[in-house]
Amino acid sequence: MRQSILSNNESPLIACEHVSCTYGNSPVLHDVYLNINRREFVGIVGPSGSGKTTLLKAIIGSQPVAHGSITVQPELTIGYVPQIETVDWYFPVTVEEVIVMTRSKTQWWPRITTKERTAVREVLEKLGIADVAHRHIRELSGGQQQRVFLARAMFCQPDILVLDEPTAGVDVRTRHEILHLLADLHADGLTILLTTHDLNGLAAHLPRLVCFNKTILADGSPREVLTSKVLEATYGAPMEVLEHGGMPIVIDHGRVAMRGEGK
Amino acid sequence: MILALDIFEPYGFQFFRNGLVVATIAGALCGLLGVFVILRGMSYIGHGLSHAVFGGAAASAVMKVNYFLGAGIWGIVSGLLIARVARRRVIGADAAIGVVTTASFALGLALMNRYGQASKSIEAVLFGSVLGVKVVDIYAVSLVALLGLAVVVLGYRKLLFSTFDRDVAQVSNVRVSLVEAVLLAMISLTILVTMRVIGTLLISALLVIPAASARMTTNSFSRMLWISPIIGAVTCFVGMNLSYHLDTSASATIILLDAFVFVVVYAIAGTRNRAKMASLGHL
Repeated sequence: MRQSILSNNESPLIACEHVSCTYGNSPVLHDVYLNINRREFVGIVGPSGSGKTTLLKAIIGSQPVAHGSITVQPELTIGYVPQIETVDWYFPVTVEEVIVMTRSKTQWWPRITTKERTAVREVLEKLGIADVAHRHIRELSGGQQQRVFLARAMFCQPDILVLDEPTAGVDVRTRHEILHLLADLHADGLTILLTTHDLNGLAAHLPRLVCFNKTILADGSPREVLTSKVLEATYGAPMEVLEHGGMPIVIDHGRVAMRGEGK
Repeated sequence: MILALDIFEPYGFQFFRNGLVVATIAGALCGLLGVFVILRGMSYIGHGLSHAVFGGAAASAVMKVNYFLGAGIWGIVSGLLIARVARRRVIGADAAIGVVTTASFALGLALMNRYGQASKSIEAVLFGSVLGVKVVDIYAVSLVALLGLAVVVLGYRKLLFSTFDRDVAQVSNVRVSLVEAVLLAMISLTILVTMRVIGTLLISALLVIPAASARMTTNSFSRMLWISPIIGAVTCFVGMNLSYHLDTSASATIILLDAFVFVVVYAIAGTRNRAKMASLGHL
């Protein structure tokens, strides 16, 4: 159905072929073909309930696949950043503890070693939150919360970062910060895969977009993908695409019309 | 002088010394595992398992099988049944626990009514009895406590990771189901070796209250793992002594003491939080 944008000889880091997943009897994913290559920065967009999170979970291996196959390169380390709403912020852990717990495979000794402490400091510094290491996770701002979980994913030096809605529930400034941070990490050579419902704030800035609603409806650069036809097929509502400063801007007419019709 | 003699009076009895040792170790053990019970929202499983084990205890008494063997196997089977029933998503884990464990409990009661010698032994199992404690109970509870300590120390990071963030732990190659099975097995073993002193009905409180009190004193997981067993052990020790002098049931006294500690901590933590909020308001 689709070809990867980067045509190199290396096989993809992740290859989904003919993938379907079900909850009970209802299909959540249907016949998904998706390749993620090294050094790509890919955004999956689609309405809520379209199965974006399920697709990510199938890729990272926490959601069983009913049909098809997902081939992940051997020895691939995935850094996963869950939606921050799913985190139990009342859990009694400090930022440092959250980050170090990912080393549970190689380290069993309960106490955090000096070496680990330094490594935590380094990754926190890189993400600009060096001062929060000893804070309880509930004492963080929205942007800091997102960065802490990014730091945890970065801590095991992953080949690919997988983020579920990294800008959900954050303010405009934080969204900008996260976007720049991810762009920097990508520039440093990291492969990134994320989901988002934020078309203008996030998706339009990414090099490659996948429009998704239970299956892949379009795959390409924002310019190729963000068209009224594709978006209507994805969201099931009419949308218009304008251009501003060389970037596509999506106007959601469906919502405006509904407001206009109200009495 | 007379008071001091009074305090040491129960120590003259072998049964009391045995009971005191078992209760104190059991308190520490329940406090330790209780941390996972409350952070994972497993309180109801603890409650259910103790009821299931009661069925096993009754059945093994009737069939004259060793208590630890009979009730242990019964507990494991109940656990597997719960997992099996809960797999039907329409039912839900809490309902599955309700069905399996109360049925097991009822079966235990019926067996004891029909074949048991006296209603007295039922009361002993329901509410625990210091008199029934034997030296083998000391060995059993010590063994399980050492095992529990080993599991928590050796598996600390995996336990913490899979408790805090199951999905990501699984992605990071932690065998989450194995961790959960080990934890459930440890809780079952704890109930098994503690039940004869504390009793079926009150044992789940010992798994929940000290850990809940500890949670309110700290925001650190590792510190909670220290504080909770200490609260459990101290309340069991003091509660056992008090129960002798007040002539009240040992388990009831222990749980009341735990509840009292909880109320005090709750009140102090509430005041401290309000003070903290007030100071934040000035920033």
